[in-house]
Amino acid sequence: MFSDYTMNELGAIFAMQGFAGLILFSVFVLMALGLAIIFGQMGVINMAHGEFMILGAYVTYLTSNLFADYLPSVFGLYFFVAMILAFIASGALGLFVEWVMIRHLYKRPLDTLLATWGLSLILQQVYRSVFGAREVGVSIPDWMMGSLPMTDMIEVPINGIFVMVLATGISLAVYFMMYRSSWGLQVRAISQNRMMADAVGINTAWTDRLTFGIGCGVAGVAGSAFTMIGSTGPTAGQLYIVDTFLVVVFGGAASLLGTIASAFSISQAQSIMEFFLSGSMAKVLTLLTVVGILMIRPQGLFTLKLRK
Amino acid sequence: MLNVENLRAAYGESEVLHGLNLVVEPGEIVAIMGRNGMGKTTLMRTLMGIIAESGGETRVGPMSVSGKKPHQRVASGIAYVPQGRMIFSSMTVQENIETGLTVTGSSKIPEDIYDLFPVLKEMRSRRGGNLSGGQQQQLAIARALASNPKVLLLDEPTEGIQPSIIREMARTLRDIRDKTDLTIVVSEQVLSFALDVADRVIVIENGTFVHDAPRAGLDEAKVSKFLSV
Repeated sequence: MFSDYTMNELGAIFAMQGFAGLILFSVFVLMALGLAIIFGQMGVINMAHGEFMILGAYVTYLTSNLFADYLPSVFGLYFFVAMILAFIASGALGLFVEWVMIRHLYKRPLDTLLATWGLSLILQQVYRSVFGAREVGVSIPDWMMGSLPMTDMIEVPINGIFVMVLATGISLAVYFMMYRSSWGLQVRAISQNRMMADAVGINTAWTDRLTFGIGCGVAGVAGSAFTMIGSTGPTAGQLYIVDTFLVVVFGGAASLLGTIASAFSISQAQSIMEFFLSGSMAKVLTLLTVVGILMIRPQGLFTLKLRK
Repeated sequence: MLNVENLRAAYGESEVLHGLNLVVEPGEIVAIMGRNGMGKTTLMRTLMGIIAESGGETRVGPMSVSGKKPHQRVASGIAYVPQGRMIFSSMTVQENIETGLTVTGSSKIPEDIYDLFPVLKEMRSRRGGNLSGGQQQQLAIARALASNPKVLLLDEPTEGIQPSIIREMARTLRDIRDKTDLTIVVSEQVLSFALDVADRVIVIENGTFVHDAPRAGLDEAKVSKFLSV
């Protein structure tokens, strides 16, 4: 399959597909971070995570319209406001959902799976009723348009670079919160031994709610970033949720670094193979490889070695 | 300091603690002794709120903690060192102690905790899971002390620990009590440790207290008889 191209062209293809893979990687990381935090602490598989992301995307869409109508002079900056609003909206919805539904279903993995799947259907219909079934796109500010020519054959889009910078920033922020803040300390204590965390004085019920909110909020920011590279529809979240689960499981559920490494390898493999094979063939090969590796290493890519 | 009245606990239909009464004075160290399955751990877990009491009342000072969750009891002044230590093994020694600070609102570990356990200061950036059994036991005690408790509960602290460290632990516990007037309740199977550490020895059998005597004038032969299988 490589024989149709010259070495030069192949190099350019790998570079550009590699870059497209990096953008996909950024979205995966933003999605998977939230999912991994929630799964790591509470063992809850949140099937509606994609819809929390799409909520962030719709908030970004609304903010961009608002800025276009009322504040056109500072339109270039709307995205930063949108990102914060997306975090707040998705986070608040997360807190509410945890309070109404999830907290009654802890320790019942199958029930949470069904309940959050139902929630995802409800949210999809809400989006459809409010925003319409058609996909909406935001207008990207001028400074994010266009691309940077690296060589005559390789160009990288600026919005892609922006999304990558954003993903790096959010990952660092989450890492910092997990390992330097008191919330992070409590989260890690709870995910290791919930009973003992309670018995050293940690309010586990409140920490659970906060964690669920933060995880969903990060998904909202992912949705914000997502509008820069794709259009937003009621079911767009569904397209990403399976891949995101794959990333979390492959990375090892308790490890942030593993999540990032696995997002990187899966997105790169997808993106480069997609160019040479068909999209579904690329997916089949990635899935088979991941399944194969998980059979040998069921704990995922990264785990800690400790005395038991 | 710790007042327990008619405390009952049950697993489903089968009652394990049948109305226990216990008064521990401030600064007193009490050892609860008994064979396996007599209710020592259940008593500790019920005092901590991990198992909900099915009847009776528990007070710390004037404050009732009955019906409260474990983290609320920690805020009321009870601290707990569980059987098997249960330290957070993937977190560092320092982080382990910091989890105990949660209810105090402070984020800095008081220096006197490291003074009691200098080895923990030396190893503060090691992961808890990589410590030896004796060091993990010290860490579990340090973590409990970090919440600045009035009552410290220890569940079989000598389990799986070598004799020289057991003697040192008895010394440390008495040391802490002398310095801070902490009330300590320790469940134990090893009579020599109980005699080393406690002011008073209580024997539990099938969920009721069957013997209660100060250490001075304790009939060792009688207690041994309760403990032998």
